[in-house]
Amino acid sequence: MINLVLFGQLKETLGEITVPRAEDTATLIKLLKQQYPVLEDTSFMLAVDKKLVTENTPLTENCTVALLPPYSGG
Amino acid sequence: MSEASSYERYHRQIILKNFGDTAQDKLRAASILVVGAGGLGCPLLQYLAAAGAGCIGIADDDVVALSNLHRQPLYSMADIGKAKVQVAAEKLQALNPDVEIHQHTKRVTSKNALEIIKNYDIVADASDNFATRYLVNDACVLLGKPLVFGAVSQWEGQLAIFNAGTDAVNYRDLFPQPPSAGTVLNCAEAGVPGPLPGIIGTMMANELIKLITGTGKPMLNKMLLYNAWNNQQYELALSAQKEAKQLLPANAAAFMETDYDVLCNKTDLLPGIDEAQFFSMIQNKHVLVLDVREPGEMPPCDFPNSKQLSLSQLPKFFDELKSYKTIITICQTGVRSRQAAALLVAHFSSTIQILNLQHGIINLKKITSV
Repeated sequence: MINLVLFGQLKETLGEITVPRAEDTATLIKLLKQQYPVLEDTSFMLAVDKKLVTENTPLTENCTVALLPPYSGG
Repeated sequence: MSEASSYERYHRQIILKNFGDTAQDKLRAASILVVGAGGLGCPLLQYLAAAGAGCIGIADDDVVALSNLHRQPLYSMADIGKAKVQVAAEKLQALNPDVEIHQHTKRVTSKNALEIIKNYDIVADASDNFATRYLVNDACVLLGKPLVFGAVSQWEGQLAIFNAGTDAVNYRDLFPQPPSAGTVLNCAEAGVPGPLPGIIGTMMANELIKLITGTGKPMLNKMLLYNAWNNQQYELALSAQKEAKQLLPANAAAFMETDYDVLCNKTDLLPGIDEAQFFSMIQNKHVLVLDVREPGEMPPCDFPNSKQLSLSQLPKFFDELKSYKTIITICQTGVRSRQAAALLVAHFSSTIQILNLQHGIINLKKITSV
């Protein structure tokens, strides 16, 4: 199972999320974008187990994936 | 100020283990530019001046407004309408006359940023918009200046240090490209609890003091996410990425030619309408009321010509909307509908008039008073 943590507006935008099964981050994001097309137009960074990932990364059982949007407020 | 009173002023930090006169001298020798004198900037400036930073530059082109005061308690009623930089400079000078303060009342742009930033050792991004955030980041990368970053969104804050230490990262390693227009709400649109920028701004001051004095463990190559709603913290390890390097301006000339307002799709607020305009417009049968909440959210959206399409699914259904002349997006409080309006504007450009019902369905008095 993959644990998914949403930050900022993504929590409100995506609501109660069903996390698809995926073996790596690229697959997960592809499935999430199919499920929630609004993600295509949404800026976010991706972290696996509290590390920023920029390339396709394998997902292990019970790992935690975080989707973090940029904040502009000050 | 005499040496004795100076010692008394800074006594409580000087006696800290690993701080001492050495750290105090480093603070006195430091020059720091704070971009933004708002919610983050106020506490940041106060703690830097209080701690005895030698020179502080304040850059902001805004004036004090009544809606600032709940989160910018450096200012008071008498300051409304005055330039923030000038008021802040006066108050900081009163707090600590030893600090040299430089006022930058013009907006920081790609034309003047390098000229301003080059005079400082270190920069703090306490701004409130993406155009300034990308601009300050890129300028600091070009000039090799450490950048302490803070940002807030509703109940959450982000804190990081860029361009410092080994394997340094910058903001573009996190978010290589600015977000699409209107997809990320600012404090004026989404709201912010007063203490949150106070907390994050104070954390920024703490990081600056550690970085300048070489004490403690600064947040190098890490980002802290703080949630004021439940007090949860989340620390993220950052690393550089190839894409970021390619997107940075190659040199000062390329930087100065970049229009960061255009790059960051800075647009005026999307047209919003109030309750009176809303009830007048929905009499017209060519106007669609688009409820972008999830199915079943209350109160129901039972206006004559309305449709429900959840924000998260909206892009799948653009085709169903193309025959309308005007679409008013609505949701509970006006947050999701604002984002939906931005998506629709991006998709239909000017072929359909897109309006957002400000403050949402729960604030429509006609409905909630029933």
